[in-house]
Amino acid sequence: MTSRQLSKLTARLGFWLLVALVVVMAVFPFYYAIKTSFTPSGDLFRVELWPTRATLANYLQIFSQRSFLQAIFNSVVVATSVVFIALLLGITASYALGRVRFRGRTTVLLVILGVSMFPQVAVLSGLFEVIRALNLYNNPGGLILSYTIFTLPFTVWVLTTFMRQLPLELEEAAIMDGATPWVTITKVFLPLMWPAMATTGLLAFIAAWNEFLFALTFTLTDSQRTVPVAIALLSGGSAYELPWAPIMAASVVVTVPLVILVIIFQRRIVSGLTAGAVKG
Amino acid sequence: MSTPVTESAPIPARPLPATYRSTKVRRQRVRAAWYFLAPMLVTLAMVAGWPLLRTFYFSLTDASLSDLSDTLFIGLENYLVYDDGRWFGVLADPIWWRAVWNTVYFSVVSVSLEVVFGVVVALILNAEFKGRTLVRAAVLIPWAIPTIVSAQMWAWMLNDQFGIINHLLMGVGLIDSPIAWTADARYSMWAVIMVDVWKTTPFVALLVLAALQMLPKDCYEAAEVDGIHPVKVFFRVTLPLITPALMVAVIFRLLDALRVFDVIYVLTSNSTSTMSMSIYARQQLVEFQDVGYGSAASTLLFLIIALATIAYLYLGRKQLQLGGE
Repeated sequence: MTSRQLSKLTARLGFWLLVALVVVMAVFPFYYAIKTSFTPSGDLFRVELWPTRATLANYLQIFSQRSFLQAIFNSVVVATSVVFIALLLGITASYALGRVRFRGRTTVLLVILGVSMFPQVAVLSGLFEVIRALNLYNNPGGLILSYTIFTLPFTVWVLTTFMRQLPLELEEAAIMDGATPWVTITKVFLPLMWPAMATTGLLAFIAAWNEFLFALTFTLTDSQRTVPVAIALLSGGSAYELPWAPIMAASVVVTVPLVILVIIFQRRIVSGLTAGAVKG
Repeated sequence: MSTPVTESAPIPARPLPATYRSTKVRRQRVRAAWYFLAPMLVTLAMVAGWPLLRTFYFSLTDASLSDLSDTLFIGLENYLVYDDGRWFGVLADPIWWRAVWNTVYFSVVSVSLEVVFGVVVALILNAEFKGRTLVRAAVLIPWAIPTIVSAQMWAWMLNDQFGIINHLLMGVGLIDSPIAWTADARYSMWAVIMVDVWKTTPFVALLVLAALQMLPKDCYEAAEVDGIHPVKVFFRVTLPLITPALMVAVIFRLLDALRVFDVIYVLTSNSTSTMSMSIYARQQLVEFQDVGYGSAASTLLFLIIALATIAYLYLGRKQLQLGGE
């Protein structure tokens, strides 16, 4: 073997080692959470990479808690409603911003970008007052309202980008036929926007599903909480020993659907994220 | 500040042909545009504009969470006041300054690490190899996991007695007794940074990957023909070309890191050794019910983030102009 071949081999080997390292780093914590969720609580003190005994007891335990089921239900309701509202308001707004030239358009776009950069805690006290005034404190409705602060700017921004890429001829033809802007949106653009809406909707869903600060602050009782808060507070039970196996079981339950969605839609998600950020 | 993030500023809408201009159709379109924008703008005003103004206002009052209507205007006393030979207010609170330092430290270290690892991961994903799709899916997993869940997962792995991290480190002989990663002030910040880097490196990697895939192939072919070392090619060709994408990734991550809340809240709760500005502000607002004082801290955080954004955009544009033109 010549030295040239040898160095090529080392380079290939090094590359594959790097790939293996990246994959292990990315996957291992999730694997370990899954493993822990199947571990009988008595075995938790034995640290091991593979489970020697597996049990469903932890899953049975969390699913027998009414508050956990309620939290999942609340999360589904909140995230779905937020996606629906963000898409509804986003599609009309993005038509205006993407297809019509008018004075103040740049200002509106800047305001939207500015809102997406807000630290959430900066609106906490003001939003608390609004939510109380609307009688939405300790109510999923308050969360649905407050989550639009981060889902709406993002949705409008990405949909505007997609809206721009649609061919001009379509709209001209619609205008020639005397279609109003509303008809143009619903009959001409909407059918073409489904892929973009699916992507932004999914990203908005993930963001709403994961939100923690507002959910923690604007809810009070177990029955109104969302899953991130439920999981964070599971640990608050005892200062001495945390119920790690049930916590991991709950974590797996709320994460597996997301991971599956992300893997199925990975191409779309990558294009959605980059459309919002890089391509513009 | 005309166009904040230079690259993400949308390209102008294509103008309609001249025949449409200043016609009835055009006027109708502009009117419709505002009708279409109105619901979104009203919603944003309700959840962002108005609450932000109220937060500014509360910061000048002695408002308390139990009764927000009964407030007294006290000027800048929540920020800083000299009373009875001592300074009071957020700006005189060493814990606040500790939180500022923690947040800045956390942001700078974690974003730097994320950029380095993100570029490495993106370069790997950009190479042609069998199973690339699988590797990309695997890399996306940390990003898909809710922050709270990843914080809990790591809290368990970093557990001082039964955590696998201590177990592995002791197994290879790096440490001889378990470390209380999240409780010990010497390590807790690094634990937080580690979790954040793990979770958000995929995001940076994706943005960089998108930029890498838009690079012209011919440069690389030319470099290969000339026999230039790949490392040199990376620093001379690739890095300058992906700088705009990197800058977008950095600003997104930096703004996120400066407002960090959930990772730290779950991993180390209210410990002052890792407390961020957001945690400090929320603690005052909600736990101590002191809306006035907490709002002052929130306002300061808002100002710091706004300043960081402006400074970053200014420097970024300057650098881009120097490098690009």
